[in-house]
Amino acid sequence: MANPLLRYAGRHRRETGMLGLLFILVVITSLGTIEEGIDGLFGSKFLTPDNLKNVARTIGIYGIFSIGVGIVIITAGIDLSVGSLMALLGVFFLFLVTPPGMRPDSALARGIPEVSWPMAVLWVLLLGTLLGLLHGVLVGKLKLQPFVVTLCGLLSYRGLARFYANDTTVNVGDASQDLSFARKLGDGTLGDVLIGHGEKGILHSVPMTFVYLIILAVITTIILHRSVLGRYIFAAGRNELATKYSGINTGLVIAIAYLIAGFCTAFSAIPFCIYTGSVQPTSHGAFFELYAIAAAVLGGCSLRGGEGSIPGILIGTAILIVLRNMVNLLGYPTPLSDAITGGVIFVGVIIDQHGATGLKKIFKRKARTT
Amino acid sequence: MQDPAKRVKVLHMENITKRFPGVTALNQVNFDVMEGEVVALIGENGAGKSTLMKVLGGVHHPDEGTITASGSPAVIRSVADADSLGVGFVHQELNVLDNLDVGANVFLGREPHRFGLINRRKIKADTQPFLDTLGLDVSPDTPLSKLSIGQQQMVEIAKALSKEAKIIIMDEPTSSLTLSETERLLKVIGDLSEQGIAVIYISHRLGEVTQCAHRVVALRDGKNAGELKSGEINHDAMVSLMVGRDLKRTPLTSSDHETVPRRLVVSNLRTALYPECQSSFEISGGEILGMAGLVGAGRSELAQATFGVDPALSGSVSVDGITIKRGAARQSIKAGIYLAPEDRKLTGLVLEFDITQNVSLADLWNHSSRIGLIDRYAERKVAEQQIERLKIKTPSASTAAITLSGGNQQKVVLGKWLSMKPKVIIFDEPTRGIDVGAKAEIYKLMRELARNGVAIWMISSDMEEVLGISDRIVVMHEGQITGELQRDEFGEEPIMHLAVGNSKTEAN
Repeated sequence: MANPLLRYAGRHRRETGMLGLLFILVVITSLGTIEEGIDGLFGSKFLTPDNLKNVARTIGIYGIFSIGVGIVIITAGIDLSVGSLMALLGVFFLFLVTPPGMRPDSALARGIPEVSWPMAVLWVLLLGTLLGLLHGVLVGKLKLQPFVVTLCGLLSYRGLARFYANDTTVNVGDASQDLSFARKLGDGTLGDVLIGHGEKGILHSVPMTFVYLIILAVITTIILHRSVLGRYIFAAGRNELATKYSGINTGLVIAIAYLIAGFCTAFSAIPFCIYTGSVQPTSHGAFFELYAIAAAVLGGCSLRGGEGSIPGILIGTAILIVLRNMVNLLGYPTPLSDAITGGVIFVGVIIDQHGATGLKKIFKRKARTT
Repeated sequence: MQDPAKRVKVLHMENITKRFPGVTALNQVNFDVMEGEVVALIGENGAGKSTLMKVLGGVHHPDEGTITASGSPAVIRSVADADSLGVGFVHQELNVLDNLDVGANVFLGREPHRFGLINRRKIKADTQPFLDTLGLDVSPDTPLSKLSIGQQQMVEIAKALSKEAKIIIMDEPTSSLTLSETERLLKVIGDLSEQGIAVIYISHRLGEVTQCAHRVVALRDGKNAGELKSGEINHDAMVSLMVGRDLKRTPLTSSDHETVPRRLVVSNLRTALYPECQSSFEISGGEILGMAGLVGAGRSELAQATFGVDPALSGSVSVDGITIKRGAARQSIKAGIYLAPEDRKLTGLVLEFDITQNVSLADLWNHSSRIGLIDRYAERKVAEQQIERLKIKTPSASTAAITLSGGNQQKVVLGKWLSMKPKVIIFDEPTRGIDVGAKAEIYKLMRELARNGVAIWMISSDMEEVLGISDRIVVMHEGQITGELQRDEFGEEPIMHLAVGNSKTEAN
């Protein structure tokens, strides 16, 4: 039984290593947050149902857009526009579900009609996917640098979001239509959707975003690791020229990767804005692109392209979220979590490049110079 | 050159052994170089030539053995050590920075400076004599990107000279040079030798070795395989030293077999490199068309435009009478035109992919279900068939292409195309950097393909290869096809004549 598992681990050392790191993190966090009188497993604050649910929900949201960014990174590209796009799509979504009179006054607010929330979801997915395709065409066909293209996106989308929202917060509560089912789908649990509120049970501890993530992960894993398109994505990321010489339209392949990323961002933007309850266009989704890149890199994607996996990206995301949760539970100020995250990625990348000895060498050199 | 008897031994390497995990790359190798001597180091790929030179250059440290330079024992632990002993390296892949000018390259890392500012005037003045020595007619402040590959190589040699090199190692220096640049380089090697500078010349091109070497040292499987003194250097002797047996040069003239007329027809094709020239020619199935010319004549560009990876400006390509949509490699592949490109590492292979993934890349839809999921079993089976057919030396089909030798990498490229249904195969420099044994196999394969009705278009800068393999030769000069030679007109002279731009019927 163990043999195929071991073989898999041998072939995917990066993922296995990071899974080990995640496990260690979970153990440390669990043990470190044990307090008297907590109803969690072993009395650990980390292992309370509410906390675990929260962690799973956040992993769900972050994981979805990280998968998109990861796929783009595998094509040797980058997507910096995620956070701003989430803000723009959040504003767009809330505009669509609120009556025009309740919106902040702007050209867009006056120009679009109110639609039912399922239609709004479709519009948001469509807009996100189209903007992804636009990035893809600019990078794949016009051969512009992905960093520059998506940097322009980062600036423009945030700017547009602030402009259309008049720099004010847009609230989910301003909608006059009944959003209760949308809330369940976005911010609820599997139990809420299938059974109903108020019950307790295993299904009520699985957030819907986590369910979406698992479904999306299964689909993208098949696409990336089993399908022709996936092979082309890896090939184009490794050596675009040689791939072109094998008769493959690499521009199209790359464009599709950005399209997938746009879709993923839109897909996570909706539950995220329902979860936050409002969109503050200056800060909504800020730095999400960097978390996505961090998750992908932690999970084994190389910024040089052609390397990475969906399981790896999921593990990377989980590490980021658990780390942040740990910092919060231990009572340190939240900003510290970013500092710690940076440190962990740094150490992880060094170990990956040079093995544990590389780390030792760096510290030795440090010791010598001081 | 001085009287050989009075010459000093500038380098003596004795019983050099170097082990890598799993292999002994060098086993008790001895190697001497005299002052001003041109020593050719030959051997098949993997024979240990590069390792030996890396030991000399300070990249590898030998496990056993001693090195004596100019009479005193030397320990070479780093590239800097090698520099100070007067060992200069001119690499196969040029190590020059093309964003800098000539002088800056020559003095890279040793820039004369005053108050931390580079003294450009001194660089210029100091570089000039070396350029004069090498007969390189450019100013030291010319940007390197303006120079041809051959001229850039001269800059590398100038760099070695400026470090007062006593021994210059040249690793496959002519592999991307034009014929005239090669001639020029061989002359420079002669001049260096006159000045007492020794040259270690590594090349698979035995014709050049015959021209320039005073002595030939052969390695085989990491051991000394013998030496040839100046009178004994000839093609057959070198080959038998390298392979350890007499390898008869197989006459590869076409035997009588059915041909498919006008299998590939290229008409009035214009490439972006030479927009004013139109090229037209045709190849029959069963025929090997050799295309000769100087590097830069536009042969590769013509092949790429035919294949469709580079857009052709105008003109048409047809296979068996069916015209192919221009500018789409996908269409050419569908029609059965395949290109084995000149640069295997850049355009032929996805190096980090394994053999299976490389072989199946162009034909993936045929190894997958209708919705596009890859059938890994079928994919692997095809790769294994090609490994067996082409005798690719590899532990398994899931070995990364990057770990294979040049010859085996080329076979993987060919495996990709042979697993499909070739009608026309374009071989662009098919044997560059490939050892003698693998070369012979590739020639045999080309002949076999031709016998099965495939039209073969071979672009080659190796004169011996063009003359030995082709059924017909077409020569290009600056984008223009200047002439065509039938078998009875074959010869180095007529090819050179056409390659430098004279037309066949110039006299008329």
